[in-house]
Amino acid sequence: MELCPTIKNILLLDSEGKRIAVKYYSDDWPTNAAKEAFEKAVFAKTQKTNARTEAEITMFDNYIVVYKFVQDLHFFVTGGENENEIILATVLQGFFDAVGLLLRGTEDKKEALENLDLILLCLDEIVDGGIILETDANVIAGKVDSHSMDAGAPLSEQTITQALATAREHLTRSLLK
Amino acid sequence: MAQPLVKKDDDRDDEADYSPFLGIEKGAVLQEARVFNDPQLDPRRCSQVITKLLYLLNQGETFTKVEATEVFFAVTKLFQSKDIGLRRMVYVMIKELSPSADEVIIVTSSLMKDMTSKTDMYRANAIRVLCRITDGTLLTQIERYLKQAIVDKNPVVASAALVSGIHLLQQTNPEIVKRWSNEVQEAVQSRAALVQFHALALLHQIRQNDRLAVNKLVSSLTKGSVRSPLAQCLLIRYTSQVIRESANNNQAGDRPFYDFLEGCLRHKAEMVIFEAARAITELNGVTSRELTPAITVLQLFLSSSKPVLRFAAVRTLNKVAMTHPMAVTNCNIDMESLISDQNRSIATLAITTLLKTGNESSVDRLMKQITNFMSDIADEFKIVVVEAIRSLCLKFPLKHRSLMNFLSNILREEGGFEYKKAIVDSIVILIRDIPEAKESGLLHLCEFIEDCEFTYLSTQILHFLGIEGPKTSDPSKYIRYIYNRVHLENATVRAGAVSTLAKFGAMVDTLKPRVFVLLRRCLFDNDDEVRDRATLYINTLGGDGAVVETGEDVKEFLFGSLDIPLVNLENSLKNYEPSEESFDINSVPKEVKTQPLAEKKAPGKKPTGLGASPAGPPSTVDAYEKLLSSIPEFANFGKLFKSSAPVELTEAETEYAVNVVKHIFDGHVVFQYNCTNTIPEQLLENVTVIVDASEAEEFAEVASKPLRSLPYDSPGQTFVAFEKPEGVPAVGKFSNMLRFIVKEVDPSTGEAEDDGVEDEYQLEELEVVAADYMLKVGVSNFRNAWETMDADCERVDEYGLGPRESLAEAVNAVINLLGMQPCEGTEVVPNNSRSHTCLLSGVYIGNVKVLVRLQFGLDGPKDVAMKLAVRSEDEAVSDAIHEIVASG
Repeated sequence: MELCPTIKNILLLDSEGKRIAVKYYSDDWPTNAAKEAFEKAVFAKTQKTNARTEAEITMFDNYIVVYKFVQDLHFFVTGGENENEIILATVLQGFFDAVGLLLRGTEDKKEALENLDLILLCLDEIVDGGIILETDANVIAGKVDSHSMDAGAPLSEQTITQALATAREHLTRSLLK
Repeated sequence: MAQPLVKKDDDRDDEADYSPFLGIEKGAVLQEARVFNDPQLDPRRCSQVITKLLYLLNQGETFTKVEATEVFFAVTKLFQSKDIGLRRMVYVMIKELSPSADEVIIVTSSLMKDMTSKTDMYRANAIRVLCRITDGTLLTQIERYLKQAIVDKNPVVASAALVSGIHLLQQTNPEIVKRWSNEVQEAVQSRAALVQFHALALLHQIRQNDRLAVNKLVSSLTKGSVRSPLAQCLLIRYTSQVIRESANNNQAGDRPFYDFLEGCLRHKAEMVIFEAARAITELNGVTSRELTPAITVLQLFLSSSKPVLRFAAVRTLNKVAMTHPMAVTNCNIDMESLISDQNRSIATLAITTLLKTGNESSVDRLMKQITNFMSDIADEFKIVVVEAIRSLCLKFPLKHRSLMNFLSNILREEGGFEYKKAIVDSIVILIRDIPEAKESGLLHLCEFIEDCEFTYLSTQILHFLGIEGPKTSDPSKYIRYIYNRVHLENATVRAGAVSTLAKFGAMVDTLKPRVFVLLRRCLFDNDDEVRDRATLYINTLGGDGAVVETGEDVKEFLFGSLDIPLVNLENSLKNYEPSEESFDINSVPKEVKTQPLAEKKAPGKKPTGLGASPAGPPSTVDAYEKLLSSIPEFANFGKLFKSSAPVELTEAETEYAVNVVKHIFDGHVVFQYNCTNTIPEQLLENVTVIVDASEAEEFAEVASKPLRSLPYDSPGQTFVAFEKPEGVPAVGKFSNMLRFIVKEVDPSTGEAEDDGVEDEYQLEELEVVAADYMLKVGVSNFRNAWETMDADCERVDEYGLGPRESLAEAVNAVINLLGMQPCEGTEVVPNNSRSHTCLLSGVYIGNVKVLVRLQFGLDGPKDVAMKLAVRSEDEAVSDAIHEIVASG
């Protein structure tokens, strides 16, 4: 068994199964065709399920896939068959919530594509080469959304202020809805 | 590309399909990338272009080598900008482009500058990028910074360095990373959760080959001080590894570290609780007392509102149910409510668990629930359920009626090939193992082939009908189903049906005239194979359609099983060259070959087509036979009965490596010594093995064949032959001495000196044991074979095997002692079982078939008792087998 928890891939697809942003960390899918086939299979298998309130889970081809949907965004995290399902779910939740924070509450495909840079940075901050870097959505979002930051200030302080600001904004938006 | 990328404030009434990347095109974006070269950089614009490039890569677009290089050089210009957002995109872009070694140099200095900058975010990312793209030479230059970064007070920087260390350790530069041990150890104590996790992962990888160090690491950390849940999960995994490895030296008393695992069940993070519960269930030889607390927390997960928790728990319990069904029964009520779970994966796992843990009285209720459930799950799940039902039916044979009904119902419904095959296989197995289920099962199969779209399944069923059908109380009722196939099916199925008809004709004399009529009609079939078969059977059955008894040899021809492995037959047929001499089936070796490992790993790689090279290496028996018959001294020894696997006679890495293969003939034994000279400065000549057979009374040396010359690193063989009483399984011990003339070789010219010195080299002893006289020959249906063997030749006795490490070890020892072929997978002992039955078959010298039924039981904590039942064609052989065990 792989001793260190390992993420095989993270996928963000739209409501037709098309790629918005994907990142593969394993050689299990060497070609783009193999990757697309996997995405198609995952999408077909999960499409009809309701993964909107709680993250859902499925197993196929000896992979564990956890997933969660919001609007027309479909989030997936894949791990090996012996992986701890709850660790995978934690990564998924981190990704899901971080994207929510970064898109400031309007989570849909259009907004995601318009802020694709943020989403790509977000993927970059969650997992590095299959190893989990961070699972706390506020920290992830804080690290990504540093556009407005003053380059000189230390990151740790910025992160917290930034995270608080984003969180506050997120909360207000959800209250106003 | 006039579309501005970010247009958040535009009106949102656009159609849903709108995408900022609509109509994006690679060439145009590459053109756009020229803005990177502007003297006055526009960070926003540049960021947008990078995003477009990344979008293209993400969609599966590829850049040519030239394009990638061009983009890479342009991107490096962007280090001039101070914009943080842009710099982040530059880092990601460089990682995506994975530049070649000579390109890396361009960015090295920029990245090293970032790595030592005051901005933590720069440092963290520059470390990740640099370690990703660097090669070994650069690493020594930056090592100092990386060591500092590991213990940096900023967790992001420390994690970046640690994670990069993990990658470097696995890929290019393990040695350098191993030197960071002290810093990593310090980082394990970090207050930041993720740093602790990354440091622990790296520390363990650095030490993983040092068992003692891992032991120490685990025992110090399990005392507390790990804060991060992820790190705690890692620690649990390392702990179970330590437990696994120490299991052998720690027989008595409590399992070390069990308390730690149990304590983790009360952790506040769910991932840790689950990791610990799973670790406990996977302990080797776990006791029910150890299991209970783990099962209890998993049971709580079953009623969680989160599907992920329910899935994780039910999947783990499902595995536990295979070995400890009783431990899981407490969860049955929660399990039953999961049958209606929205998530079908969870529902399937719940059902199959229930099928494993359920008792006889709950079967009917369970089947009712499953029937509703089957219609809305996919084939892959249905197969799992079918397999679970099959084992349930074997467990509770009394319930065969309702289970068989269930199988036949689902057989009639829609489904793919794999699914149907699983059902048919299950019914066949039930018919074979539960006599009461035979008639109804056969009728279900008959009805199925009436409307079966899979040729493979139809022919399999027809073949099976031919064997089982004639033995039923009313064989005539199957004829109609079979003959219908001759009318309605494709040629392959028709041919199968003809063979089946013939079998009915041969076995049931009263049916013979009617079968004859049907077979005659088949003579007009438009397919060659069908006509040929019909003609063949009409002629072999004989009697011209009258009610007569069928001859024994005809029955043998129709029903006799081929006691030769098909692979061997295939090989022999390939090697056969058409000549005056006809092919002799008795010349085909009967030894069952274990498939070479490489072949198993790469299925479907077999060469196809006429031009392909012959599949695999020629079988070793063939090779040995050829080799031996080419040596005149051994040519008159007759047919080679068996060749053993090579036995090493020297330790690994000695001057001369020697192993021996024992070739058994009826009245002779030939030892083939394979010698390898591992000293480049020596040439050996006139190599012989001097064998002392004083401890092998029945053997007398008759011939020996020296090896003329043995140069460095090219193996050679020398042989010694012994005579022994004909057909008798004589045993004995032989001591061996390698004798040779050694000549010095000049390494520069490779020429040997003229003068040599005689020398000797002591080899280890070798034994001829009873197992050498046993051929591994499998039987396809052990039960049938056992029952056809004369019960008068059965010998039964009981033996105590004394304390053994495990049941599996005892089973293996007896199999090896007898040298027989395990049948029906019975050599595998399920974990934690207290008793086991193992079936063996083989052919003893003199061509005597032998079947053995071994029943093992644990007697006390470690003592193994065994009941040995032998049936063979010769009672003397049955006794001989008992003698082997008694003296072994």
